[in-house]
Amino acid sequence: MITRFLWNGMSPGVRWFVVLIMVVGTAMPLLNQLLPKDSPFYAPAYVLQLLGKYLCYAALALAVDLVWGFCGILSLGHAAFFALGGYCMGMYLMRQIGTRGVYGNPLLPDFMVFLNYPELPWFWHGFRHFWFAGPMIVIVPSLLALALGWFAFRSRVTGVYLSIITQAMTYALQLAFFRNDMGLGGNNGLTDYKDILGFSVQADSTRAVLCFASALALAIFLVISAAVVGSRFGKALTAVRDAESRMRFLGYRVEGYKLFVFVLSAAMAGIAGALYVPQVGIINPSEFSPGNSIEAVLWVAVGGRGTLIGPVIGAFIVNWGKTYLTGALPEVWLFALGALFILVTLFLPKGVMGLWGQIKARSERKAATA
Amino acid sequence: MKAPHITQSRSTSALLYLSGVTVSFDGFKALNNLSLLVEPGEMRAIIGPNGAGKTTMMDVITGKTRPDEGEVVFDGTADLTKLDEADIATLGIGRKFQKPTVFENHTVRDNLLLALAGIRSWYQLLGAAPTKAENDRLAEILSIIRMEQQQHMLGARLSHGQKQWLEIGMLLAQNPKLLLVDEPVAGMTDVETETTAHVLREVNKSHSVVVVEHDMSFVRALGVKVTVLHEGSMLAEGSLDQVSADPRVVEVYLGR
Repeated sequence: MITRFLWNGMSPGVRWFVVLIMVVGTAMPLLNQLLPKDSPFYAPAYVLQLLGKYLCYAALALAVDLVWGFCGILSLGHAAFFALGGYCMGMYLMRQIGTRGVYGNPLLPDFMVFLNYPELPWFWHGFRHFWFAGPMIVIVPSLLALALGWFAFRSRVTGVYLSIITQAMTYALQLAFFRNDMGLGGNNGLTDYKDILGFSVQADSTRAVLCFASALALAIFLVISAAVVGSRFGKALTAVRDAESRMRFLGYRVEGYKLFVFVLSAAMAGIAGALYVPQVGIINPSEFSPGNSIEAVLWVAVGGRGTLIGPVIGAFIVNWGKTYLTGALPEVWLFALGALFILVTLFLPKGVMGLWGQIKARSERKAATA
Repeated sequence: MKAPHITQSRSTSALLYLSGVTVSFDGFKALNNLSLLVEPGEMRAIIGPNGAGKTTMMDVITGKTRPDEGEVVFDGTADLTKLDEADIATLGIGRKFQKPTVFENHTVRDNLLLALAGIRSWYQLLGAAPTKAENDRLAEILSIIRMEQQQHMLGARLSHGQKQWLEIGMLLAQNPKLLLVDEPVAGMTDVETETTAHVLREVNKSHSVVVVEHDMSFVRALGVKVTVLHEGSMLAEGSLDQVSADPRVVEVYLGR
């Protein structure tokens, strides 16, 4: 029954897109692992790392789109869920270092020794085990989303006010995580990882597996999102987006709908963050910065809000541009980002995914006037 | 203090009972000690000049606005001043708004499906497929509102009149005991107005209806008891001929 639910939700376009992601996400790691380095088809490790990073960003974009595109909740704080998932993974990775740290303390990570911590803070317990850290990656962001959403949606906070609250949330978390006595590495965050599940994080083979895992996670998120959006629940969800008070007068308790997608979306963002951290090798409070959340919204806007494929495409386009420009012309990037925002708002209200429809409408108009 | 009112309301056979309802916005009394009774099976037309409190009255009945004073009782037992919109809708009061608000990105059929009485909780809707009974009911409603042809059209592409009918269809789908219909024929052509009167009479065969309307010829076509509101209270009640003969009504509403 569940498989049918999942399969029926997908339009043919989304099905092919999921297959495409899995093909690329499997082929690139294999090209890295199986081919000799001098082969023209060899995929260098840095490409895998970049691809894995983009896949995580794409998953974050999909999470943002699920609440914004399909339920009309413009969250400007989704980077917080991403970062919290990342910190959970970071704490697990820190505790894998063991005696290999600079200070060689078997229990305390380096920054705690440096800051004269007498013992491990209580919330670090359990993170040595993946069976504990793994669920936490989902639970911590979900609980935050549940608490925030519960109060906000019940009090009928909507629109720009909700956006401001989510923005304030991520900013508050950033300030909190910056403090050294928070017990999470302060300004420097968590870094210098050695192992993940017993494999070296530096090894090409580990990178290959992480890249594949990111593709798999994104594909699963797409399938779940498609099923949710394509169900009768999804019809009610988009109806809440378009005319919330109308739904109330039809007898729907709108809060439940919003809360469910908000928590689902936060969980997805958390997993994306957790996959991101071992691939970039660090998590620090700058991941909470309000700008990151806004960038994620921009990926969705560029790709096409309210579509499932759009946010993935948007995340890839914008981040590829960012990687290129910050390398080639570092001072131009922020201007390019601003210009992109204006251009998309003015000329591509439905993003890249809406481009085809726009071209068709224009040619029809031309045909009509001619 | 209000005890006599309450005993009175609990013993009434009225479907909808409003007594001494007062709502003020920053000192302006949108409703001023309004009382109104609607019997089961009745169709009632409410008229009154702009600002008479017609829409505020609808808001109070549907739980959007809380009255400062007074009682609002539905079906003899339910105190509507204590319930929210979703509760009231589930109890059996459906509302059609002045401005048609159909779901523009959904098809006519999906609009009706969303309105259909039944599952409302998000966790049940996640795995639900439309049942045969639901499909039959959809077909029935589509035929009452005469929109079988347009059932796969998006809400956004409907004409103004079609949107109004779809709204009425959505009300029917909720299968409420009482339908509140706010200005159903505003902006309609004469032919559409006539069709709407016909549809509403059809609906009234199985449901109680309260219609708020400006259009006198439409109210005449309905041929039902009329309540005239003025400055938040009831001015007159009776057949359209009776109230149009009332000199106070003539003065405030019918003009001259």
